[in-house]
Amino acid sequence: MAEIPTSAPPKQSFSFSDKKTRGQIYQVITIAVIAWFIWSIIANTASNMEAQGIHFGFDFLKTESGFSIIQSLIPYDETSTYGRVFFIGLINTLLIAFIGCILATFLGFLVGIGRLSSNWVINKISTIYVELFRNVPLLLQIFFWYHAVLKPLPGPREIHSKGEALWFSVTNNGVLLPKPIAESGFGFVLAAFGIGIIAAILYARKAKTKQMATGQRSPVLWVTLGLLLALPAAVFLIMGSPMVLEPGEMGTFRPDKYKGLNIIPEFVALLLALVVYTAAFIAEIVRAGIQSVNHGQTEAANALGLRPGPTLKLVVIPQALRVIIPPLTSQYLNLTKNSSLATAIAYPDLVSVFAGTVLNQTGKAVEIIILTMLVYLTISLVTSIFMNWYNERVKLVER
Amino acid sequence: MSNKNPNKMGVVNLLPLPELAPPGNTVGAVGWMKNNLFSSPLNSILTLLGLALLYILIPPVLNWTMFDAVWSGGSEACKANPDAACWTFAGEWWEFFIYGFYDKTQRWRVDLVLWALYVWVAFIIPENESRATRPTSTILGFVIAGLSVLFISMAIKHNIPTMWLLIGAMVVIGTVLWAWGLKNGRSRVGIIVLVLFPIIAYFLLGGGTLGLSVVNTNDWGGFLLTLVIAITGIVASLPLGVLLALGRRSEMPVLRMVSTLFIEFWRGVPLITVLFMASFMLPLFMSKGVTIDQLLRALIGVALFSSAYMAEVIRGGLQAIPKGQYEGAQSLGLSFWKMMGLIVMPQALKIVIPGIVSTFIGLFKDTTLVLIIGLLDFLNSVQTATTNPEWSIKSVPYTGYVLVALVFWVHCYGMAWYSRHLENKLDTGHKR
Repeated sequence: MAEIPTSAPPKQSFSFSDKKTRGQIYQVITIAVIAWFIWSIIANTASNMEAQGIHFGFDFLKTESGFSIIQSLIPYDETSTYGRVFFIGLINTLLIAFIGCILATFLGFLVGIGRLSSNWVINKISTIYVELFRNVPLLLQIFFWYHAVLKPLPGPREIHSKGEALWFSVTNNGVLLPKPIAESGFGFVLAAFGIGIIAAILYARKAKTKQMATGQRSPVLWVTLGLLLALPAAVFLIMGSPMVLEPGEMGTFRPDKYKGLNIIPEFVALLLALVVYTAAFIAEIVRAGIQSVNHGQTEAANALGLRPGPTLKLVVIPQALRVIIPPLTSQYLNLTKNSSLATAIAYPDLVSVFAGTVLNQTGKAVEIIILTMLVYLTISLVTSIFMNWYNERVKLVER
Repeated sequence: MSNKNPNKMGVVNLLPLPELAPPGNTVGAVGWMKNNLFSSPLNSILTLLGLALLYILIPPVLNWTMFDAVWSGGSEACKANPDAACWTFAGEWWEFFIYGFYDKTQRWRVDLVLWALYVWVAFIIPENESRATRPTSTILGFVIAGLSVLFISMAIKHNIPTMWLLIGAMVVIGTVLWAWGLKNGRSRVGIIVLVLFPIIAYFLLGGGTLGLSVVNTNDWGGFLLTLVIAITGIVASLPLGVLLALGRRSEMPVLRMVSTLFIEFWRGVPLITVLFMASFMLPLFMSKGVTIDQLLRALIGVALFSSAYMAEVIRGGLQAIPKGQYEGAQSLGLSFWKMMGLIVMPQALKIVIPGIVSTFIGLFKDTTLVLIIGLLDFLNSVQTATTNPEWSIKSVPYTGYVLVALVFWVHCYGMAWYSRHLENKLDTGHKR
């Protein structure tokens, strides 16, 4: 068979109707426009700052702050630096985000399951909860809890007398709980807890290998609980209970600052609002996740003779979680970002003390806003890295 | 079958006996309660707990908001009854809640814009009179009629020649659009309204043309301001979101990278920091001599922020369109924009309607954040009014919060309800 002569490749010439050429032109234009845009912003900012006599730089972080903060987990006073204020704000943000996520998950799962309940009353209560709280602005809810619920509570002086020991008290000064104080020997309890975690992980791995090899299941949950709770508890008792609870004490005007664990009302209000608001969204995610599991799965499990408990645990929940976890993570992220609304009621979070008080004192707007945004961007980035890892892990393995 | 041979089958009754009524405890109210309330011991306990909760919550709430509430009289009436809602507070201050410090003699312009907004939106909504949409149309009819009566009564009070001229113009434009929409499909009218309305509203509210006096944006406030911010965000975020979503799926690496960076940046930071940035840094970005007012700064921040969220929602829709649709469009010889505009986008946007509407709802709720940078939005105007010394009564702040919650709830729930309605209407049975 005669060889068909291959036609010569078309001459490379410039043509605007060539998709590739056009694409390159577009990209060059895009780069040029963006470069010009960024350059003009930087140039304008520089000349404006010079005209106002502001100098760009992060030296101010070493300056003494001179103001006090109502809640700090690390030592802080008026002589600390602005850099320390940054860390206090960051820690306070992370604290409320962490506790808020845990509580919102609990409440959200409860309400989400309630929305699927066959019980008419529970079903309707859950529906009303979701429709009420997710359609009202979060800021309004924060104001409501703070100004309308917590602030009108009686003051500490009205219900406590001076010198009274306070084990539990709720006033407009916040919530007062006894403070746990570790004594010598408590380190052993912590060590036992650490050993428990490691042992539980090892046991879970061994149990999985065993199940893969023989099909026999081990009581992982009970062993894990035993290792995590019973072991430290036993050590705690053996060491002679090396921890005491110290109650608060009522002073002349308010409870003694250094005794007991005082939770400031700003924290309580913000936490309540964030939890109630986010739980409404989590409930919808949970409901959608459980409903996404095909009914045939439950029927197949029943046909195999699984009882309702194991059906839920081994068939429905693992599949529902695959749908639930990604939007759940983005709700956690939303909660973290929404915690910046703290600034409206002056809970000392990152935005409130750093982008608020420090910005007003130093006037370093550009530096402070860049730093603050970087913190939130980092949190988002870490979360999305985790999400990609998780999605990769639970992805359906298809033939 | 019937008795042909009565001798053989004499003792057997061949006719079926009448059916027995089902057991009394499986039908009617009792049966319903047994199935839905007391199907198991656990369910019975939960039902009782739920009912107890409702019993604790509902009567006091109803008493506080309605039966014991103060509906008339001045602040004295509320002082006399501080343990129930003080609706006279809302009655006394409602103009401030809606207009803020907008010039009193010019408030008819705001009325006209709000009236046109609600009536135009209501007119676009119902597409065809099927059984499913009839209740919608009825409710919307009542809303339109009620608002129009309210509006006309206010207009008569103002009675300015220019006003009547403008009202006439709005009615004519609305009617033309409506008639055109009947012929060409309402979704197109929707797009036109989306473009036209903000322009008309801008000229009407701001003034300076048509012989209208200028009203400084610093004086805009209350619910007007909330709507201005929300609508700007909505109108800006749709086209920007479409462009960003296309950019993020583009084959050109530079466009893809720029869009991704832009989207991830705005989605990664809280709206407050965006507003702080708009408020503190935007003036620094401008070249010398250019000033931008506080409202415009907030609007820019909100628009950028919401377009990033919108882009992600639309990208989800684009990803759901199978490749065959693109290839089909290309084989017909459609250009990129025609392929997107005629084939891909209509399908993609239809899929993500719930996502788009929930972005709108989120944006609408987030407009309250502007009070942190000192704008007098609806929430801020109510809160400002509660600090008035004449109204320093225990029940007033609660009443204010309930009022704001109610207004936001009605709007957000309305949007969610409309989105469900739209989803059903556009469902062509091709659910993927």
